[in-house]
Parts: sequence; structure tokens; C-alpha cells
Amino acid sequence: MNEYTYPILFGVIVGTLSRFIMLRTDYRQYPTYLHGKVIHIALGFIAAGLGAVAVPSIMEKEFTAVTFLTIAASQFREVRNMERNTLSELDSYELVPRGKTYIEGIAVAFEGRNYLVIFTSFLSTLFYLVWNIGAAILAALICYIIMRKFMSGSTLKDIVDIEFKEPHFDGAGLYVDNIYIMNIGLPERQQEVLKYGMGFILTPKNFNVRSTIANLGQRQAILHDVSVSMGVFRDSGTPALVPLIKRDLDDGRIGVFILPQDKSIDQAKRVIGAVPVLENAIRMPSESKANNNGGESK
Amino acid sequence: MNIEKAVLSVITTNKEKIDGGAPIFICDSKNEMDKIAANLEAILDGISHALSDDLYIIVKH
Repeated sequence: MNEYTYPILFGVIVGTLSRFIMLRTDYRQYPTYLHGKVIHIALGFIAAGLGAVAVPSIMEKEFTAVTFLTIAASQFREVRNMERNTLSELDSYELVPRGKTYIEGIAVAFEGRNYLVIFTSFLSTLFYLVWNIGAAILAALICYIIMRKFMSGSTLKDIVDIEFKEPHFDGAGLYVDNIYIMNIGLPERQQEVLKYGMGFILTPKNFNVRSTIANLGQRQAILHDVSVSMGVFRDSGTPALVPLIKRDLDDGRIGVFILPQDKSIDQAKRVIGAVPVLENAIRMPSESKANNNGGESK
Repeated sequence: MNIEKAVLSVITTNKEKIDGGAPIFICDSKNEMDKIAANLEAILDGISHALSDDLYIIVKH
């Protein structure tokens, strides 16, 4: 026991707790109970340890000790690879795959959260050592609030208007509103599609959103989330029954065609609205200098 | 080059319209054509698309 024991202990506990709070298993069922969680809590514990120990080593003038944070960085990059590989492997056996963009987003979140843990335990230990435990608790709380802000991105209902449209056939072509989805030849299949299918039109609220919802990864994420939440009328060997999203090239609206097992319009609207906007799909053409007053810099 | 889509088979009632590469199934009636297309769809794991009323193709996506 020395003067650093309690501060380090405090930092490690706060850090591990914060990883635990960030590790929510929701409808995505990832990471799965229980082994997946153990991996991430263990890594969170290591991250917390690294963050907490960094402060005393600086105070003891052991500046080289800080270099081991770089080891941490490469370690957590490895976490990102691990998550990406696992999810990509699993994706080929999903009835409606997540898509690469969604997987990349999840993997990045896992890496990022470990750095947030380091940050949290670093600050709590620092505040404990410089002031007292009260300041440390305050620092931990502030970190928690920042984390909550980091954790929740926007969802689709913030950026698009969702409207129900019954899908219909024009000859062999399946349409949602005026957006062509696919060609289905067999009359039998067409009846199934009309019976089980639902169509939604997502209208972008502004110009930036157009390119975001046009992103193929974002569209696949919508289909995946809807299939997870509402079931999907599909099996291997029935390739014609496939949920699809196509785009209206004229105005950037997208037509969502889904085959839920549970045919409730309100629920489907809620589920589509709650789909996360993928970080990797967000585009901001309005921020471009070339778009603002002919290249005038701000 | 990786070919992602391929026409696996052609089903038709109009013999004059078709010729060439993919396996061709010639049917006598629309009803027979639907049945054969439905079976082939399941067997080949492809989607049957209607190009016209008397011509279906099975495409692997």
C-alpha cells in the first residue's frame, strides 16, 4: 500500500464500470451473453488499468512509462479487427446481412469505447491525486455524461419522413409508390409478395441526407434492423423473397420494400425510424467550400 | 473478372423467339411455364424474371 493505491484502484473501478455501462446488449444481440461480454469487460479492465497507472508514473517522473499507452492503442486496434472478422464471418449466414458499413461502424465503436475507458480512468485518477475523491467522482460523472453523448448517434427519424405505401405490380415489375424495386415473374410469387410485403417511402428532410440514405451500407442496415425487429418472410432457396431498397433518382427518396412476419404499419415505422444513421454513411455536401458562395472560405 | 449475375435457364412458350446458350425449356401453355419456372427457381436458387408474357428467365443474383 502506498499513496497511489486508492487513486489507481478508484480509476480502475470507474473505468471498468464505464465499460460495463457502455456494453449494452439490445435488439442487435451483440455482443452476446455471456462470453462476448466477458471478453469486452476484460479488455475494459485492462484499458482502465492503463489509464489509471499513467498518472502516477508521470508524477514519479517516469515519463517513458507513458509509451506503453501506444501498446494499448495497437491492442485496441486489434479489437476492431477481431470484431470486424467475427461479424463478417457471421454475416454470410444471416437471412438479411448487416452489410459491411454497419459492421465497420460496430467495430469502430468497440475500439472507440476502449479509449473512452482509458480517458475516464485517467481523469478520475488524476483528479483523485491532485485534489480528492470528491473531485474524482465529479470527473467520473462528467466522463459518463460525455460518454452518453458519444454513444448515441442520430436515428433515421431525425433525417427522413417515413410514409407507408402499399407495394403494387405493374406487369412483372414490383413498385413502391413510383419507385421500381424488382422484377418478379411467377404469378404465385407475386401474390406472396403482395400478401406479405410492405412498402415505405423515406423522404430526405434536406440535401445532405440524400447522399446519406443513398449509401448502400445505410440501406442494408435498414433492411437488417427491420428484419431483426419484425421477422422476415424468407428462407434459403427462396431468393425471390428478398427485402430491397431502391432509390428515386429524381428526388433522392428511397423506396423500402420489406417482408415482415409481423405486419404492423406503426411498428414498422417506429423500427425504421429507430435505425441508427451510420457514421460511415453520413455526408455533408453543404459543408463543402465549393458549395458555399463559389469557393469563398469561411 | 467475377461474374455476379448469370442467366441459368430460359423458359418459354414461344419457340421462335429463342436460341442459344442457356438451357431452354419449351412449354405448351402459360400454366406449364409457371410450374416449371417455380420448380426451377427453387432448384437453382435463382429468381424467375418475366421478360414478356411468354418468356421467363431464371437469374442467379
